[in-house]
Amino acid sequence: MNHLRPDPRRRRLVLAGTALAFTGSALATPEQMAAAIKAFTGGATPAPGKVTLEVAQLVDNGNAVPVTVRVTSPMSAGDHVTAIAIFNERNPQTDVVKFTLGPRAGKAEVSTRIRMATSQKLIAVARMSDGSFWSGSADVIVTLAACIEGEG
Amino acid sequence: MARALVTVPATAKRGEIIEIRALIGHAMETGYRPGPDGKILARDIIRSFSCRYNGEQVFAAELHPAISANPYIAFFTVAAESGTLEFKWEGDNGFTQTETARIAVT
Repeated sequence: MNHLRPDPRRRRLVLAGTALAFTGSALATPEQMAAAIKAFTGGATPAPGKVTLEVAQLVDNGNAVPVTVRVTSPMSAGDHVTAIAIFNERNPQTDVVKFTLGPRAGKAEVSTRIRMATSQKLIAVARMSDGSFWSGSADVIVTLAACIEGEG
Repeated sequence: MARALVTVPATAKRGEIIEIRALIGHAMETGYRPGPDGKILARDIIRSFSCRYNGEQVFAAELHPAISANPYIAFFTVAAESGTLEFKWEGDNGFTQTETARIAVT
């Protein structure tokens, strides 16, 4: 027997425990995230690029994860970012936040702190004034999940 | 009244890009978390935030339960003219709060 390899049965048990902590409320799926992004873009698939989603790769506490979204844009009257949205794939809800910007922002950069229920992928989508959509993503590993019973 | 903290530079040069940080005390109860009695606590979150610069909206955000307790939002704006920035948070159970900050642009 090889004791160094993690037992897959135990891994499943851990996953089951994480799901139970939500007391029945199902977590979202990557398909639901794709649907939420489509709802935001009006059916268009955002092109990868221009958007940088800055977040720690390994997060100790999922209750407050600092994220920064930066979009490459001159932010002029004719060419600017009109909206930035952040989506996740494994929280109970896929929407995280939607920001409305305009040429008066001067710089397409926003920061906030979010909750993450488990290790997952985050996607930020930016809508430009010409109607195009761009996206950036980040994979985050969470050791202490948000929304687990009691304080949090 | 929740405690709110807004950081805006007191003075700026015309055309300068300034950073604005807004923090407000709020539990942001997700609606997925059980309380002490085991029952799920009702959702109670701040749903929207906006910043108006002399009456014109320069930034807004729509918040969901995945935003951490005591929502913190940082963004940028161009210092166009002297005046007032008005920050407004609105949420569940009739929550509404407004803060203002003055800026002198030279």
